[in-house]
Amino acid sequence: MTLRARLVVARPRFRLDIDLEVASGQVVALLGPNGAGKTTALRALAGLTAMDGGHITLGGAPLHTFAAERRPIGVVFQDYLLFPHLSALDNVAFGPRCHGASRADARRTAAAWLRRVGLAEHADARPRQLSGGQAQRVALARALAVEPRLLLLDEPLAALDAHTRLEIRSRLRRHLADFDGAVVLVTHDPLDAMVLADRLVVIENGAVVQQGTPAEVARRPRTDYVARLVGLNLYRGTATGQQVKVGDMLLSVADHLDGPAFVAFSPAAVALYRTRPDGTPRNLWQATIEGLERHGDNVRIHLEGPLTASADVTPAAVADLDLSPGLRVWASVKATETHAYPA
Amino acid sequence: MTPSTTSAGRDGAPRRSGPAGGTAGRLPWVLVLPAVLGMAFLVLPLAGLLVRAPWSTLARRLAEPQVLEALRLSLVTATLATLLCLLLGVPLAWLLARVAFPGRRLARALITVPLVLPPVVGGVALLLVLGRRGLIGQWLDATFGITLPFTTAGVVIAEAFVAMPFLVISVEGALRAADLRLEEAAATLGASRWIIFRRVTLPLIAPGVVAGTVLCWARALGEFGATITFAGNFPGQTQTMPLAVYLALETEPEAAIVLSLVLLAVSVVILASLRDKWTAGP
Repeated sequence: MTLRARLVVARPRFRLDIDLEVASGQVVALLGPNGAGKTTALRALAGLTAMDGGHITLGGAPLHTFAAERRPIGVVFQDYLLFPHLSALDNVAFGPRCHGASRADARRTAAAWLRRVGLAEHADARPRQLSGGQAQRVALARALAVEPRLLLLDEPLAALDAHTRLEIRSRLRRHLADFDGAVVLVTHDPLDAMVLADRLVVIENGAVVQQGTPAEVARRPRTDYVARLVGLNLYRGTATGQQVKVGDMLLSVADHLDGPAFVAFSPAAVALYRTRPDGTPRNLWQATIEGLERHGDNVRIHLEGPLTASADVTPAAVADLDLSPGLRVWASVKATETHAYPA
Repeated sequence: MTPSTTSAGRDGAPRRSGPAGGTAGRLPWVLVLPAVLGMAFLVLPLAGLLVRAPWSTLARRLAEPQVLEALRLSLVTATLATLLCLLLGVPLAWLLARVAFPGRRLARALITVPLVLPPVVGGVALLLVLGRRGLIGQWLDATFGITLPFTTAGVVIAEAFVAMPFLVISVEGALRAADLRLEEAAATLGASRWIIFRRVTLPLIAPGVVAGTVLCWARALGEFGATITFAGNFPGQTQTMPLAVYLALETEPEAAIVLSLVLLAVSVVILASLRDKWTAGP
C-alpha cells in the first residue's frame, strides 16, 4: 500500500508543489521552517484543504477524489483537538462509531487502544483533565482506532515540554514501528524527524529542497536551512580536484570532485588563534568575531570574513584567547575535517 | 498613570481609594449623577409594582379562572413558539455561520429585522402574508382549510416571528466561536456533516443554544403587539398574559397588577437562570 502523491495548492502569495512517496510501514517526515507548506501538504493529504492540482493514490487507488471522511486516514493534530465534551474513551470510540461499529463494539475497540497507549485508567477523564503527554497519546489512539492505512501526524510533539517530549517521542517511535500503514509526519524539529522517520523530505517555500535518510541529510545538507538544522557550516562553490573555490577563498578538501560542489564542516572542526599559527594548515583565514553564545558545554563563535562560519570552542579557550565581539582572529579547518559533495 | 502612589495622599484622595487603588481621583459627577438617575428609572417602576400589589388578595386573584387561563395559554404558546424557533432557528444559524452562500450578509441583516421592527408592524405583515386573504394564507385556506389569524396557532406564529432572531443570533454567535478544527478532526475520523453537527458542533454550542432558547422563550412570553394584531384578543384562545394585563388595566387595575407580578416573577427567574452568562461582571 504505497502512498504516491503530487500535492499542488496555490495561494495568492504561496504555491505548494511537492511529490511524495511513502511505502507502507515507512515513516516519512516533512521537515521545514515555519510557512514552508508542511501543514498545508498534510491537510491536502487528509482532504481538509482542496488541491489545485496533482493527485494522491494509495496502493494505486485514487484518494484525492474522496472527501476527508471517506479517506482511510488517521490524523493526529498539533494541539490534538480532542473533543472537550467527550471522555477519553468516547474520543477514541468516535471514529469506530462513525465507521459503523455498534456503540458497545466501538467502546471495546477504544478501551483496547487506550490500554495500548497505557491510559486504560484514564478512560473516563475529560480532555482538560489530561496532561499534554496523555492528551497526545489519546489523540494517537483516536487516530489509530479507525485502522487507517495512512497516518498523518502534525507536529505531534511540539506542544510538549522538554521532559515529556523525550518520553513521548520514544513511545511514539514504538507505536509507529507497530503501525503497518504509511506514515507522514510534519515537524520543524530535526531531532523529532531524525528519531521518528525513515526518510526526511525537506520543504522550503512550498518545494522539496532535499530528501533522503536522516543520515544522508545530516551528512550532506543542501540548503542553509538544513545545514543550520544539522549544525554544520555549509558553502557552495566550484570544485577542481581537491580544491573548492568558495567566493574568493580556495578550500582544500579531502574528497576528489569537479564542478559545482558543497563543502560542509562542523563548527567543532574550526580552530581559532590570536596570531597567525606556525606551520600552515591548509585552510586558514582571518575573521572578525560577530558574537558569542552558549552552545551546550561549549561556546559558539560567529565569524565574519571571507567565510561566514560558526566555531565551537571551550569556555577555557574563550578565556585564554580573551575572545570578544569585534576581535580579529585567525581561523583554520583541516582538509580532513571537511566534507565535499556535488551540488 | 500616577507616577508614585504617595502623590495620592497629597492630593487628598485617600478617603476614596478604590479597590483598584492609586489611579482614580475624584469621581466625576457628570457621569455619576445620570448613572444613578438611570438606575432609579429602571428599578423604581418595578418597586412600584411591588409596593402597590394587593398582597392580601393575591392568592385569591391568582386562582381566578381567567388569570389561570391566560397564564396557561401564555406558557403553552411561548413554549410551542420556542420549539418552532429551535426547529427552524438552529439550522438557520448553522447555515449563516458555516455555509458561505451569496447574499449571506444580506440574509443576516434581514433576519435581524424583526428584532428592531415594531411588533405591531410585524403583526400587520403577518396578516398580509398569512391572513385569510394573504399571499400564503389564501392558499392554505383553499387547499388545506387552515386559517391562522385569530387562532391559538396564530399566537404561536406571531410569538415565533418576534422571538426567533434572539435564538438565531445567540446560536450563530456560539457557532462562530466554536473551534472549526474540532469539526475537521471529526471529519478525518469518518464523520459525515450531519454526524459532525449532531455529535460535535451541537454539544460544543450547547451553552449558546440554552441561552438563546431562554431569551427566545422570554421574548415570546412577553409578546404583545404582533400577537394582538395577528391573533386578536379572545380569552382562552388568543388572550395571553400581556394582553390580559392590558385589558385588565382598563377595567380592574388590581388584576392588572397581579398579572404583571406574575410576568415579573417569570422574568426574574429567567434572569437568575442566565445569571452567569449575562449579568456576571468581569
